[in-house]
Amino acid sequence: MNYEFDWSSIPGALPFLWEGMKISLEITLTAVVVGIVWGTLLAMMRLSSVKPLAWFAAGYVNLFRAIPLVMVLLWFFLIVPQLLTGTFNLSPGTDVRLTSAMIGFALFESAYYSEIIRAGIQSVPKGQVAAASALGMTYAQAMRLVVLPQAFRNMVPLLLTQAIVLFQDTSLVYMSALADFFGAAYKVGDRDGRLVELLLFAGAVYFFICFAASQLVRRYQKKLNAHVAH
Amino acid sequence: MSYQWNWSIFSSPVPTGDTTYMGWLLEGLQITLALSLSAWVIALLLGSLMGVLRTVPHRGLSLLATSYVEVFRNIPLLVQLFIWYFVLPELLPFGLGDAFKQQLDPLTQQFVAAMVCLAFFTSARVCEQVRSGILALPPGQRNAGLALGLTLPQTYRHVLVPMAFRLIVPPLTSEFLNIFKNSAVCSTIGLLELAAQGRQLVDYTAQPYESFIAVTLFYLVINVVVMGLMRLVEGRTRVPGYIGSQ
Repeated sequence: MNYEFDWSSIPGALPFLWEGMKISLEITLTAVVVGIVWGTLLAMMRLSSVKPLAWFAAGYVNLFRAIPLVMVLLWFFLIVPQLLTGTFNLSPGTDVRLTSAMIGFALFESAYYSEIIRAGIQSVPKGQVAAASALGMTYAQAMRLVVLPQAFRNMVPLLLTQAIVLFQDTSLVYMSALADFFGAAYKVGDRDGRLVELLLFAGAVYFFICFAASQLVRRYQKKLNAHVAH
Repeated sequence: MSYQWNWSIFSSPVPTGDTTYMGWLLEGLQITLALSLSAWVIALLLGSLMGVLRTVPHRGLSLLATSYVEVFRNIPLLVQLFIWYFVLPELLPFGLGDAFKQQLDPLTQQFVAAMVCLAFFTSARVCEQVRSGILALPPGQRNAGLALGLTLPQTYRHVLVPMAFRLIVPPLTSEFLNIFKNSAVCSTIGLLELAAQGRQLVDYTAQPYESFIAVTLFYLVINVVVMGLMRLVEGRTRVPGYIGSQ
């Protein structure tokens, strides 16, 4: 090995990298929140007895799950700016890449969240719904007060794991030259001719965040299992 | 919006004149298929090995396999790809890195880096499936193998691994689908696979909607074909008496 490492460009770049990390986290958070809300609606539509709703949800989920995320993002970076500038009369120079990325990730992740949530709803015993309607609850009340709370408690570990995957996937906004954490690291490395160090640094940061988060999820899962067993 | 649709771009010749724009897309499709399939073969082999190691009664080996999985699962695919492509050639000893950079043509360099990256990334996921398959088998299977006088490696080879694989066909199917989708990430290092050809078409023809619709349809077709094939495999390998078998 004759490569000579020089890590000196990292300390000075930390504020810039932190700005990038904030963008990564912003996209992740938006996509998780929207993804869970819209994913829950999709899951309920898919399980609904109203056929057109069920078909729409199935089509939506299957379509998004069949296309690579890269392609989905390319679509959203193409369509969203046109729609937004057209609808809100923005000047053509307005930077809507962050918004496009957020919308793209949110709609894409909803498909994956909806599958997790559907499995969660289906794992609640049928007797629970029957008991709720025997108590005089409407379908909506039974869902909101009986089924969903139980389903979500079982799903939390899976939803969090999906959020970790999503956080990793946000690095793909690099394609739009948006400076998320990875994009920022690449830019610094490219500028200083220290791509090797910056890429290794970025990899290490992602690893520590995701590894720590997944260990926490695992611990929570254990606690949940122990709770259910008693 | 006043968008001018023009579907005839696919049959018009590219600037160099040796093929049509559809020809470019088909070249991209070929690379996507070759890349995904070759990476899948490596991922299956490597993932099976690591999955077995995660379940063997040996501290060191299972720790090694566990760390392997954690490393490849907790770093984004894009970052892994850039590390394979930009970082590793700089760090390889004995001039191997220089050989990689100077003696291989750029396309081969991109393809090799992308293949190795996808293979290792996917192998960590295959490893987890193989492990869960082996752990799902009743302990009696291992004990029966050992009681028959098979050594532990023989028990794995003839009893546990074949059974585990038959159980995990459905989750492996989704990993197999994922590898085609993940291969689109490799467009970021300049590899002209399907997604990259789509972007190139946008640059050359200024017809983004037609180009992206065509590329999206190709991915949908890949998806449908792979699902159909895996359903056949699933039907053939189903273990009687387990959930999901008839």
